[in-house]
Amino acid sequence: MSISELATATPDVGVPHVTVNGQPRELGEVGGHVTLLEWLRGSGFTGCKEGCAEGECGACAVLVARPDGDATRWTAINACLVPAAGLDRQEVITAEGIGQPGRLHPVQQEMASRGGSQCGYCTPGFICSMASEFYRSDRRPSPPGRAAEAEPGSDGSAAERSVANGADPTAPGNAPDHEHGPNGFDLHALSGNLCRCTGYRPIRDAAYALGTPDATDPLLTRLDRPAPAPAITDVTSSQGRFRRPADLAEALDLLASSPDARLVAGSTDWGVELNIRHSRAALTLGIDRLPELRTLVIGKESIDIGAALTLSEIERALAGRVPLLAQLFPQFASRLIRNGATLGGNLGTGSPIGDSPPALLALDASLVLASSSGEREVPLSGYFTGYRQTLKRPDELIKVIRVPLPVAPISAFHKIAKRRFDDISSVAVGFALRLDGSSVADIKIGLGGVAATPLRATATEEFLTGKEWTRDTVAQAAQVLNGEATPISDHRASAAYRTAMLGASLRKFHAQNPAPLANSRQEA
Amino acid sequence: MSKAHGPLADRPINPKVGLEISHESADLHVTGNALYTQDLVGRTKDTLHAWPVQAPHAHATVTGLRVDAAYQVPGVVRVLTADDVPGLNDAGEKHDEPLFPSEVMFYGHAVCWVLGETLEAARQGAVAVEVDYEPLPSLVTIQDAIAAESFQGAQRTVSRGDADAAMATAARTFSGEFEFGGQEHFYLETNAALALIDENGQIFIQSSTQHPSETQDIVAHVLGLPAHSITVQCLRMGGGFGGKEFQPHGLAAIAALGATLTGRPVSLRLNRTQDITMTGKRHPFLASWEVGFDADNRICALRATLTSNGGWSLDLSEPVLARALCHIDNAYWIPDITVHGRIAKTNRASNTAFRGFGGPQGMIVIEDILGRCAPLLGVEADELRRNNFYSPGQQTPYGQPVRHAERLADIWDILSERSDFAARKAAVAAFNQAHPDTKRGLAMTPVKFGISFNLTAFNQAGALVHVYKDGSVLINHGGAEMGQGLHTKMIQVAATSLGVPLSYVRLAPTRTDKVPNTSATAASSGADLNGGAIKNACDQIRARLNVVAGGKLGIHPDDVRFVDGVVTGIGFHDQQIQWADLVHAAYFQRVQLWAAGFYRTPGLHWDAGRMQGEPFKYFAYGAALSEVEVDGFSGAYRLLRVDIVHDVGDSLSPLIDIGQIEGGFVQGAGWLTLEELRWDDSDGANRGRLNTQAASTYKIPSFSEMPEEFNVHLFERATESGVVYGSKAVGEPPLMLAFSVREALRQAAGAFGPEGWSVDLGCPSTPEAVYWAIEAARAGAGSGNGSPSGNGQSATAPALAGV
Repeated sequence: MSISELATATPDVGVPHVTVNGQPRELGEVGGHVTLLEWLRGSGFTGCKEGCAEGECGACAVLVARPDGDATRWTAINACLVPAAGLDRQEVITAEGIGQPGRLHPVQQEMASRGGSQCGYCTPGFICSMASEFYRSDRRPSPPGRAAEAEPGSDGSAAERSVANGADPTAPGNAPDHEHGPNGFDLHALSGNLCRCTGYRPIRDAAYALGTPDATDPLLTRLDRPAPAPAITDVTSSQGRFRRPADLAEALDLLASSPDARLVAGSTDWGVELNIRHSRAALTLGIDRLPELRTLVIGKESIDIGAALTLSEIERALAGRVPLLAQLFPQFASRLIRNGATLGGNLGTGSPIGDSPPALLALDASLVLASSSGEREVPLSGYFTGYRQTLKRPDELIKVIRVPLPVAPISAFHKIAKRRFDDISSVAVGFALRLDGSSVADIKIGLGGVAATPLRATATEEFLTGKEWTRDTVAQAAQVLNGEATPISDHRASAAYRTAMLGASLRKFHAQNPAPLANSRQEA
Repeated sequence: MSKAHGPLADRPINPKVGLEISHESADLHVTGNALYTQDLVGRTKDTLHAWPVQAPHAHATVTGLRVDAAYQVPGVVRVLTADDVPGLNDAGEKHDEPLFPSEVMFYGHAVCWVLGETLEAARQGAVAVEVDYEPLPSLVTIQDAIAAESFQGAQRTVSRGDADAAMATAARTFSGEFEFGGQEHFYLETNAALALIDENGQIFIQSSTQHPSETQDIVAHVLGLPAHSITVQCLRMGGGFGGKEFQPHGLAAIAALGATLTGRPVSLRLNRTQDITMTGKRHPFLASWEVGFDADNRICALRATLTSNGGWSLDLSEPVLARALCHIDNAYWIPDITVHGRIAKTNRASNTAFRGFGGPQGMIVIEDILGRCAPLLGVEADELRRNNFYSPGQQTPYGQPVRHAERLADIWDILSERSDFAARKAAVAAFNQAHPDTKRGLAMTPVKFGISFNLTAFNQAGALVHVYKDGSVLINHGGAEMGQGLHTKMIQVAATSLGVPLSYVRLAPTRTDKVPNTSATAASSGADLNGGAIKNACDQIRARLNVVAGGKLGIHPDDVRFVDGVVTGIGFHDQQIQWADLVHAAYFQRVQLWAAGFYRTPGLHWDAGRMQGEPFKYFAYGAALSEVEVDGFSGAYRLLRVDIVHDVGDSLSPLIDIGQIEGGFVQGAGWLTLEELRWDDSDGANRGRLNTQAASTYKIPSFSEMPEEFNVHLFERATESGVVYGSKAVGEPPLMLAFSVREALRQAAGAFGPEGWSVDLGCPSTPEAVYWAIEAARAGAGSGNGSPSGNGQSATAPALAGV
């Protein structure tokens, strides 16, 4: 197999097919309920493993060729979460296609020689995630002794780093960059891969030992050309129908006529519903590649984010321009999820524990909802109406997430969870603060995980507005904040802890962002 | 015997053991070519797929079972019920685990199984099966079982001296209660079996099993067939950790029964939710204890009762409890002691083996005691620990001499120096002084872990070694590969023993028709036992080849040397024979070129009733120092640095051993800090349901939990006499090095409180548990309480009373 052969392959354009490791393969009878994982395994690719079937473990990670401007980016995603039909006319690489015994790929060589595999079951997924980062075009080795610092003009990872580096940047043991290698490898690239055997150290060492791709590496040279265009797919089997509409108008028409259709973009929720809860929609509508949903416009008064852009794409496009979102992204699930998941999906499900609503609520965002009868804009603060209920009508989809400008100068996103990478919030809080001297000119606080819906902490906001931003007023406000929620006890956290975390989060926000006159990190 | 086989621990010139080599399957792992049981299904024509009907009650009688509707689902081929079992309806060895139950014993218990042309057809068939249940009262927690006096199996006591008398004369005594959670194995590959039947009625089962011989036994009794009709093979497992020591048997039996009834291959693979809800886990325990210290802060007495939650059946709960009772001493001399153990019977999946096998559950009790008592005694926890180490010549409470006890202090001191412990202690104190909202903790804990199966009979192993005419070598042994690198080590042992390059040796998958009557690959003993057997087989072949070579070289057979595939005489090298030539010559002399090897661990004896004897061949030792940083706002923490010195004897394979140490450590840290199993213990409709039954709700360590700096050092000059090439077992002991993480969290939480504050820390010590410990410490600081006696501490620590 040679990836470069791919360009010359001329598959029958009429037959839905996926190019796997350079070889086109007919999709066959897949319909709407067959995951890429199931299809790949059924096609004999044993390098794609099922570990959890819900996007948590990464054993099924594969590379897909995704657009990156006019070029291509090898993007690692969980094969268990995407419909195989959604990959019609796309290019997929599995661990087998990256290298073979006797001619191991550098990623495979480092993993094999450093003890990066024990039982080996998670390994092919790690190989794919690691290869994705190996080929990242803006990965740059750091100058010696300056491993921490991103180069000027780098992507959003600089902001990501400042967050990832933890609570207390003055702490001596806080290595300036324990999550980035000297070769520029971002450990977050592996945040969605679980290993139960190694304890991760040899995997990290393998990742940090990687050099740069050879100039003739076919997986590298493939990146210079555009990614495959989305196909207009319509397949039906006993497993239901999968339809990828040609444009937004068709999507809205289909939605109007089939309000029960399951909309999928990143399909990170669809996969869980299908695999774990066994839901089977008659019509699955793939909207992830609709150009109308994939623009990001930075205007004078707002930033308009297309609802089908992936979180990774938004992160790169914003490049730290919205600090609150820059803090959110590295804490949002894992890179494997962020490479597929969209803001439209995260808001569309109406989940009370989604990570984006608290941040977007603090940013005072609004949503543009589209249907075949037109568009309307609704404020996010009024969007959620009940547990997994929203204002969105069945015939509507989220087109744009609108973040008003300018954004507040002081902001933070606090996520309380058991695990720092790839976990679901017990509590999430977004803060956006504007000070006038040492008093609060404006504060917006978004909460998740503490009620049936995400919500704004309006009583706390009102309490603080106009008051001095001091430890005392914040302590009083923390009491108000604790009373604004109705959390439950469940397997993630107790209600008492969730409540306590609200006030604690506000106090921490203040401790890390004291009023300028206080002039000290630890206010007396 | 020829001198080719000297003492088991001796290494010849240029040995292949001790080389730092990669896992023998590493190239297959990284390319996705390594095959696991489920991968074989795609290569097997006309396979049927199995799906369970799981009961939605913790405890109920099955009053009706109607399967007709399932057969209306297109693609459903067969529904398997109790009526189909030709032999014993029992998935276990103790006749307490019906494969098809008439009484549902836990939420998710499989009542029957549906076979379909596709997994989807089988699933839909299972939905169509109608079951009538008569719900019964259920016991979910240990406390439920204690209240109902619901216990199972034998209750055991380890005792020495007179704990009551010693407690009465102790200078200081403390008592408390400590409940800690279990642990889901979360091997990345869930349980899987693929059964085929041949024209002659023989069953061949590919199974992801740590114990192929027991899988064979149970399939045989379920089918009512003799063992010779069943062959079990395990290519490799995608992780086991004890979870595939006992759990795979019933699943393999279902697949085998299906193959028998349909004549077609049957695949049974549990999805993650089924695996988590249906198979057992590490036992959670409730411990109540009373400890006495003398005036020098030496432990003089311990009384404790350990109650494990065994779940609905015995499974391996008895030996797990025995190991817990045999490890409550950990590294410490406790002159007068009485520890009582019992197994609660509850309506949960039956708990089972998990790396450490009760050892961690025993050891955590004493480590928790020392961590809580140190501030009350007014001493540093690390000093209290070192002060109580075993000395050479002392015996464990169950009567086994603690050989090499001096290694405990040696390792401790080497670790202190290598990790710069003293300076870092001061640095942590300074950091904590300067940071009101963030605290660091630093803690060192030891490990002493007994190696061998408690049950003496299991300490035997077999091997089959073939040398082919061309000189290539094929080895087979009874151990199963689950990622621990056993096969890699066995190849090294064979190449060392035969004196050939590693490339000459190939290893064939583990299967019961090659080596029979094997023990589980468990108890860390895989390399000790199977290595002994392989070396024994190789030594037999070498002895025969020595004679052939001696004849050719004109020297005594004892003076023949085999190094790197070249055969020479001792002291002179002008005459050489290539290995392949010698083998070829031996064949023409009609010399047997293959051998069956056997090994039985010498010197073991154990009285399970009295809990006395010498059950262990030796002890593995180690110590770890962990440093954490805790956020006072949320209780969230990071593991900044870990330093370990661990005793693996003379390592058979250093890359493998370091991998076991690091991986075991992180898995242990997961158990202690992150991994939380939560059952519905309400009286609602879902009582007994496991609420953390998926990867999204049960969190194992990810990259963010690995130590940011991780230094592992193998204890040097550590030859273990009487063990294959001087090595020691490594699979389980390092898991318990992770106590240092929890103790460091305790130190950090305590730093939020007054001097001498004793921290009662929940386990697993999640961010929430740490947060509540911090809140209690802060309340202690605010109230001015927290006196060294421990009296007057916050209500969160009511059980720890200063006497």
